[in-house]
This record gives sequence, structure tokens and C-alpha cells, in this order.
Amino acid sequence: MNAKALIPLVLFAVLVGFLAVGLRLDPHEVPSPLVNKPAPAFKIAQLEQPEAQFSPEDLKGKVWLLNVWASWCVACRQEHPVLMDFARAQIAPLIGLDYKDQRKDALGVLKRSGNPYDITAFDADGRVGIDYGVYGVPESYVIDKAGVIRYKHIGPITTEALQKTIIPLINELKKT
Amino acid sequence: MKTLYALVLVLLACGAATAKEATLLADDPVVEQRLIAISEEMRCLVCQNESLAGSRSDLAMDLRRELRTLIKQGKTDAEIREFMVSRYGDFVLYRPPVKPTTWLLWAGPFGLMVVGVGALFVYLRRRNSEIAASGLTDEESKRVEALLKEGEK
Repeated sequence: MNAKALIPLVLFAVLVGFLAVGLRLDPHEVPSPLVNKPAPAFKIAQLEQPEAQFSPEDLKGKVWLLNVWASWCVACRQEHPVLMDFARAQIAPLIGLDYKDQRKDALGVLKRSGNPYDITAFDADGRVGIDYGVYGVPESYVIDKAGVIRYKHIGPITTEALQKTIIPLINELKKT
Repeated sequence: MKTLYALVLVLLACGAATAKEATLLADDPVVEQRLIAISEEMRCLVCQNESLAGSRSDLAMDLRRELRTLIKQGKTDAEIREFMVSRYGDFVLYRPPVKPTTWLLWAGPFGLMVVGVGALFVYLRRRNSEIAASGLTDEESKRVEALLKEGEK
């Protein structure tokens, strides 16, 4: 067999390789340009105490996790037990951003299935979500002591993602 | 009966008088036109095969609301694009900008074309020389001519 006859076979193998990689990529995971940029500032009412407000400024000097969720978000329910574990471990403050929700529905969810959040900010019209480039809840952001976004997780946090990526990153950032 | 009839007519007339044409999404058609022009060039993050102008997803509606505000504030198209790109990355643009990470994307097809044309050129040259090399000897061409003449008779 001469080398020329192998050319189509090699081309085919390259094509299969490209397709195999393409199939594994999730087009919904759009890399966020906000990573390594300062977390957008905001100051909005809290969910549980509408008269109190929350701003990322309040947590300057701490490493924290911002989790965007909503009562209407089905994948958030899947993520909820993982967040409860995270809250129990007391690794870092967990702040919720209740995105485009009704206050009564959101409070109902927290009452029924437990509240992992230290504070939940209430983003009724989704403006804060837009500043954070939220396009599919749930989304989570690891924010460092200087208020810079260091990591963005799109979709529900799995136990694996929490243990292998998020917690090690938080511990790393805490040292600096 | 007649009074009732009259009353119904009056009520109907009232309804017609208060009815309005369906309002545009924005009160200002100029703003709306610019919004459409800009958002047609942008991808909706939720349903990625749709443009921001055409999508009916909640996020697209919110983003159109934001863009409308920006347009009313007198922001330029470039500033509005920057607003979107700073939040969602170049992915929102249907026309990706030319920069080092997208050079392959922009130049790739032309590169492939050059390679293809080059390969075709080389192949044709080689085939030509092969044909020339396999030419007939003098004796053979004389025989061909002789045979052809015979055929004409």
C-alpha cells in the first residue's frame, strides 16, 4: 500500500477528531469576559429584609461566592443541596442574587428547602444580572478580597465542581 | 327596547373612541429603528441561533430594554456594542472582531483556498508533463496517420 492511499484515511481521522471535540463542547458555556475584572458594583434591597441593602462593597477583604438563583429556576433546585453543604462547611460567605423573581415565591423556596445564603440580594428587574452577564441561572461567581471576579461557574454547581474547583480556589484566594 | 338599543350603540361608540392602535415597543420610531439595526447584529445568549432583535426570551427583552435606554442616552453604536461585549464577550457579536485570537477564523478560509489552488496547480502541471512524456514516437505517429487515412477511404 502506498502512502497516497492513506491520505483520505488521515483526513477522515482529523475530521472525526474535530467532530469528537465539538460534540463535547457545550455552546452554552460562554467564557465570561468578567473573569479577572472587578465585580460590577450595585446596591439593592435584600430579599428577607427589604429595608436593608446589600452591596459587594460590604464584603471587601473577604473571599466570597455569589450565586445567582430564582424560585422559577429548575436547575437551581438541583444545585440547592450542594449549596447547603457549602454553607454548612462555612468556607466563605455565600451571597444569593435572587434574579427576576417575586419576593413571596423566593421566600417560599427558602422556607421550604432551607436557606444556604448569608444574605440574598433581590434583583427584581434583572439589572444587576445584566451587569454580571447572567444569561442562564444558576450562575456563580468567586470574588476575591479585592472585589475581583476570579471564576465563573455556569449552570448548577455539582459536588464535583465544588470540591475540585471552587473550594480549592477559595482556599487559595484566602491565603493571598 | 329602543332606549336599550341606543344605549348599546353609545357604549360601543365609547369603546371605539378609547381604543388605540397597538403601540410600538418604543414610543420613538427612530430609537426603535436603531435598536433593531444594532440588535440584529447580536446573538441572543439564551437561544443562540436567534438574534437579539428576533428573540422573545426574557433576557432578550430585558437587554432590548437596556439598549433602548442607552440609545435614548445618546450612546454611539460602538459604545453600545462595548456594553454588550464587556458583559457577554465577543460571542454576542455575529461579526467577530479581527484580533489575534480570531485571525485563524478570518484568514483560515482564505488560507485553505490558497492551499487548494496551489495543490490543483501542482497537480495540473504534473499531469501535463506526464501527458507530454507519454507522447508517441515518430514511427507511431506515422502509423496513426496511415491508419486514419485508411479509415477515410
